[in-house]
Amino acid sequence: MRILLSFGLTGLVAAPALAAEMEISIEVPKLDVSEYHRPYVAVWLEKPDQSVAANLAVWYDVANAKKEGDKWLKDLRQWWRRAGRSLAVPADGLTSATRAPGSHVVKIDAAHAALKDLAPGEYQLIVEAAREVGGREVVRIPVQWPPAKGTALNAKGEHELGTVAVNVTP
Amino acid sequence: MKTIFRAAAAAALAGLVPLSAAQAHKAWLLPSSTVLSGKGDLAVTVDAAASNDLFYFDHRPIPLQGLVVTAPGGAAVTPENTNTGKYRSTFDVPLKDPGTYRIALVTDSLFARYKENGEQKRWRGKAENLAKEIPATATDVVVTQAQRRLETFVSVGNPDEAALKPAGAGLELVPVTHPNDLVANEEAEFKLVIDGKPAAGVKVEIVRGGIRYRNQLGDTTVTSDANGAFKYKWPEAGMYWLEASVTDDKATANEAKERRATYSATFEVMPE
Repeated sequence: MRILLSFGLTGLVAAPALAAEMEISIEVPKLDVSEYHRPYVAVWLEKPDQSVAANLAVWYDVANAKKEGDKWLKDLRQWWRRAGRSLAVPADGLTSATRAPGSHVVKIDAAHAALKDLAPGEYQLIVEAAREVGGREVVRIPVQWPPAKGTALNAKGEHELGTVAVNVTP
Repeated sequence: MKTIFRAAAAAALAGLVPLSAAQAHKAWLLPSSTVLSGKGDLAVTVDAAASNDLFYFDHRPIPLQGLVVTAPGGAAVTPENTNTGKYRSTFDVPLKDPGTYRIALVTDSLFARYKENGEQKRWRGKAENLAKEIPATATDVVVTQAQRRLETFVSVGNPDEAALKPAGAGLELVPVTHPNDLVANEEAEFKLVIDGKPAAGVKVEIVRGGIRYRNQLGDTTVTSDANGAFKYKWPEAGMYWLEASVTDDKATANEAKERRATYSATFEVMPE
């Protein structure tokens, strides 16, 4: 009984933080190239020392017919070095299929496994894209988490990424 | 039959030249990849050659005797599809487990200079053949032991260090920075050890590949400190070759007074 009660109280205290949300919009540009493959994309939060604070999303060829979609994860070079090579994929809540050209929204709230234990601070949101027979690009946007106020920032890639926007709400 | 045998022996000897006579040509291994992801049917293929320009196989192949591939767990891996052609040797390394693989070509041989009837001659081979192959009438015999180690590294998934333990003989490199974690504009640190102990004051030559398409060699020499350590900041991404040699009187072969231990490695440096 006592245990149940304290559990309930904890839930109440944590309730305001749970409302915070991060909405990330990533544009996969439409490219006029002779051979096109959808890019692999990794999205993560970086600490000031460049280590990974939280993995938010990885889009890769999860349903590859030969089950070798993970063979090209290394091409997301920064992510691979800083996080990917020590993770097992596919991973629930992290990995999913590649996306077609267009804008795609990733919504992550404070209860998400990646954010719920994240220490408050200034982070860089990093979006890295790598395309088979194409190039690689990294776009960075500063993010404060948890947010003190609603903030919307965006940055634009030049090659493999279009507009990347992040909208945080407390 | 005799002729054929002689030709084969001569070819084998000729093939040995590049690995031993490092001064003349650069000996190198070139892996198809050094950083891999995924699991299952993974492998790298490796070129082994000696040439002036890195990394172009336009001079001599390196024979694959002495090829030692170590798996992440420390076990030996049997190379597949080994072949020695006119300009290069090639082999495949199956990568069944995640972790770091060490690919090494290790040789230990004797060299002799001597005079016979006033004429300067040279010999190379195994210690047990020295006495019977150099004529009893030879004078001014100088025998040198040559220990040579040529390496490259490949990692699947998270790099580890189980395969990187030094063997304790000859000149070797002990990583402080993992050889599969090298990035342009970052500083890497390594330690040189000779017979397992720090090799201090050893000059290390570092050259980036792609020499054919630039006008200057652009090589750098760094020197190991009292602990055998040296640091280098990679100026740009690419395949790099480094080499260091130590000459001393610590020959392990009784016949030799002098020992020359050489270490070379190929490293891949990734873009930022």
